[in-house]
Amino acid sequence: MAVTGLVFVGYLLLHMYGNLKALSGEQAFNVYAEHLRTFGEPILPYGGLLWIVRVVLIVSLVGHAYAAFALWARAGNARRTKYAAGKAALRTAWMRWGGVFLLLFLVWHLLHFTVVKISPNADATGPDVVNNPNRLLVASFQVWWMTLIYVLAMIALALHLSHGVFSAMQTLGWTNSAASYRRATIADMWRTRQFEAALVNPSNRRKLDVIMVGTGLAGASGAATLGEAGYNVKVFCYQDSPRRAHSIAAQGGINAAKNYKEDGDSVYRLFYDTVKGGDYRARESNVYRLAEVSANIIDQCVAQGVPFAREYGGLLDNRSFGGVQVSRTFYARGQTGQQLLIGAYQALERQVAEGTVQQFSRHEMLELIVVDGRARGIIARDLVTGAIETHIADVVVLASGGYGNVFYLSTNAMGSNVTATWRAHRKGAYMANPCYTQIHPTCIPVSGEHQSKLTLMSESLRNDGRIWVPKNREDCDKDPRDIPEEDRDYYLERIYPSFGNLVPRDIASRQAKNVCDDGRGVGPLVGDFRRGVYLDFSDAIKRLGAAAVEAKYGNLFDMYARITGENPYQVPMRIYPAVHYVMGGLWVDYDLQSTIPGLFVTGEANFSDHGANRLGASALMQGLADGYFVLPNTIRDYLAHGPFTPLATDDPAVAEARGSVERRTARLLEINGERSVDSFHKELGMIMWEYCGMERTEEGLLKAVDLIRGLREEFWRNVRVLGSADTLNQSLEKAGRVADFLELGELMCIDALHRRESCGGHFRAESQTEDGEAMRNDDDFLYVAAWEFRGGEGDGEMGTPVLHKEDLVYDAVELKQRSYK
Amino acid sequence: MNLTLRIWRQAGPRHKGELRTYKVKDISPDMSFLEMLDVLNEQLNAAGEEPIAFDSDCREGICGTCGLMISGEAHGPEKTTTCQLHMRSFSDGEVITIEPWRANAFPVIKDLVVDRGAFDRIIQAGGYISVNTGSAPDAHATPVPKRNADRAFQAAECIQCGACVAACPNASAMLFLGSKVTHLAELPQGQPERMARVVKMVDQHDAEGFGGCTNVGACSQACPKGIPQDVISTLNFDLRTALRGNR
Repeated sequence: MAVTGLVFVGYLLLHMYGNLKALSGEQAFNVYAEHLRTFGEPILPYGGLLWIVRVVLIVSLVGHAYAAFALWARAGNARRTKYAAGKAALRTAWMRWGGVFLLLFLVWHLLHFTVVKISPNADATGPDVVNNPNRLLVASFQVWWMTLIYVLAMIALALHLSHGVFSAMQTLGWTNSAASYRRATIADMWRTRQFEAALVNPSNRRKLDVIMVGTGLAGASGAATLGEAGYNVKVFCYQDSPRRAHSIAAQGGINAAKNYKEDGDSVYRLFYDTVKGGDYRARESNVYRLAEVSANIIDQCVAQGVPFAREYGGLLDNRSFGGVQVSRTFYARGQTGQQLLIGAYQALERQVAEGTVQQFSRHEMLELIVVDGRARGIIARDLVTGAIETHIADVVVLASGGYGNVFYLSTNAMGSNVTATWRAHRKGAYMANPCYTQIHPTCIPVSGEHQSKLTLMSESLRNDGRIWVPKNREDCDKDPRDIPEEDRDYYLERIYPSFGNLVPRDIASRQAKNVCDDGRGVGPLVGDFRRGVYLDFSDAIKRLGAAAVEAKYGNLFDMYARITGENPYQVPMRIYPAVHYVMGGLWVDYDLQSTIPGLFVTGEANFSDHGANRLGASALMQGLADGYFVLPNTIRDYLAHGPFTPLATDDPAVAEARGSVERRTARLLEINGERSVDSFHKELGMIMWEYCGMERTEEGLLKAVDLIRGLREEFWRNVRVLGSADTLNQSLEKAGRVADFLELGELMCIDALHRRESCGGHFRAESQTEDGEAMRNDDDFLYVAAWEFRGGEGDGEMGTPVLHKEDLVYDAVELKQRSYK
Repeated sequence: MNLTLRIWRQAGPRHKGELRTYKVKDISPDMSFLEMLDVLNEQLNAAGEEPIAFDSDCREGICGTCGLMISGEAHGPEKTTTCQLHMRSFSDGEVITIEPWRANAFPVIKDLVVDRGAFDRIIQAGGYISVNTGSAPDAHATPVPKRNADRAFQAAECIQCGACVAACPNASAMLFLGSKVTHLAELPQGQPERMARVVKMVDQHDAEGFGGCTNVGACSQACPKGIPQDVISTLNFDLRTALRGNR
């Protein structure tokens, strides 16, 4: 069916080309018609080519019609009892009845022009008309019903081909390309890709080596699942146990389109909310897939023994989260991240016991090995012995998390870093949207200079807590309990009546900054401003009772009390935004493969699913979706080409990677300057927060780039790292990470500078509406900015990065300016 | 506030260690204990002495990386992790002794950093439910009574920090073990492997060189997550049932 159909398509194109000659006049057309008959003489007899073409077409026609009727008959046999009421699929109707119509038309068409040569025009008959193709053509189309028949036939043909061409490509297996993914409807994409991605025979899997860097939700789940499949997996983490990766700190929950609450949730709604929440800067196809697999994640986790919160009936409980109006968030009190990670960790340890996974704790990846353009392994440092190790594999997966620590103060763990992804970036992997940073609205405010990190409290607190500041500046240092209701400004409820305190994170954060800039912040003075707003539970305690509030948020309240020394059951909490998550990361395609073949990137380390702003409870969802369900299905398409040629450890590319790590390590210890690593890190963080934080301007960003370059230059001249390389040396570890942050920071500012629009977490002061809301510019910036590293062989040297654009196409959702009012 | 710190320094696993005395000045009561050590380390770095190695990561009390014996108490005087302990819990002029976790199963790597790999190996011995990715039934297929779900959650709160071992006079890891066994035993999904799991995990615990439990309860008191001692009772109940049935 497909082959014969494509023969017709080919013939139609030639036929169309020929017939267009009619527009060049009678002579050209008739010369062409005659030429067809004399073509190939004397090898072919007069009209020989036409006969060959006719035979091919007749055979094709018979074959096509036979296949069509056979399929039709088979469809009838497959459902002998028909539905009493049924809707015919439109496509089927076009193909079947349209096909029959086209067949009838063809008979008429041949009678008309070829076999009998009838002229339907009573005014123009006779041999001089019917034997002159051009005059016959002109005469025929002077009759209105002839024209009508041909127009109808062309419509039928267009409908027939619109499905026919796709169907033929599909049958012949030619739809497997990036461009065709976009054309296919979004709901079929993932199913199609899972089917089309090549399989690896189970007995070959153990011959294939996979390196997984990172053991958070994305890394542990991916490594465990690949181990279960039978691949040879090596998993690396800098922590002393995989279970300590920073996914563990996620509190609030994990989204899934289960619709257990019957409140109108669906895969499409989760997809839509995520795209909208991301301010239309995410790749549609990836987000749809994320929503599709979300429900499987919950099933998987429950089967592993993750103790989600349950109702008295024994079924799972849900809560709602910022940016959405349904309850789709599953949670385990205030430590959903830890419980999900323990599930993945236990699955991973089970594979370690089975021998499919080898675990390398307290190991840090310091370089990527690229051979002939493919990622083939990593150079890692054993953080206990200081040994530099070479690990070769067929594929490398980075699940090394986000780089929020570039701000020094963030909610990330002390060790969270960019080194694995930055080293890959330097080796050719593009870094996408590095400036998209999420500033989380509900963190405990900074209390002083000594602060080493910021603590986040789950934004689930916004479900029951009400956010406010005093209406009058002079009330800011009063006891909040003495400020009467009418003097309080519940600013989120006032500005966004329909979402209120549950607006997305970027909006909640910026509004907090606005009211504090307005001089209405609360808490201690930091510089000239008080940086804090109240999060008040007194209404919730009145409505639900203190016990119910404690059951829901007890551990968060305890944490707050411990850190601040205040009792949140009695005094409203103070909160302020802090850097929390980065939406940017290494660029990946639909398969999660970076621009370096054989290098896959999952979880927060990639850029793909959250656009310019991530919704609450979506990070856990993405990490586990990538690890359990996406990566294991897409990586096999790459691994099916393996195992790749074995590599010797003295291979030039391997030796080069290893040498660069050794040189760099030695250099950091040799400098022996005046300043500690932390002092550089703090200064970098201050530059980033000031100029590349919640509000960014052209002027500020230009200044930041200069400051960072100066600081980086000083770092490589004046840092002091004590101790040696052949033992546990935490200063050395930090120095390597800060060195990479000093390069990343510059790229973030460059990206923020070039994106002259506001979107999601990226707010450019130059691009805002009259009432201060972020203003997107879809005409100029509807794309992913993927940066290519250039220049700079030496440590700390960077050339000017090259921008590549991936245009964002929205087929399934309509582009709108976000509104939560 | 000004403090005197006596801190264990040990260059490597096979080196001999000793307590060294340091002084810190102008410490704010709002600092966390680890931020106070950061201040000391900056001081040491400036003076040309190698900073003190200690573990910490999330610094919000959930990853379980940090853990110091502070004047004889695991994680110090408050019921929390070392990173969430604040200097307001100490008084001006106090002398504080800081040591690593002490247990043969937790060898010292450097200064205050110990190797807790034994915990990973105990989990590898059976601390999981054997379910491959993709084979799970719908999450609502098996309701779990809230009482069991809550107890499973309470046990699963363990952050694997090792304070229980550090505090136990016998250097036993029974609270850690009991919490994992109870977490999985309370859930219907954990039933098929329940008996085999407890036997394998206890065997591994013993092989790692942890001591035996004498029900002192110091573990539960030191536990920053407040895991109750009764998880050990569940562990013993299951172990007894398993040994009666299987051996």
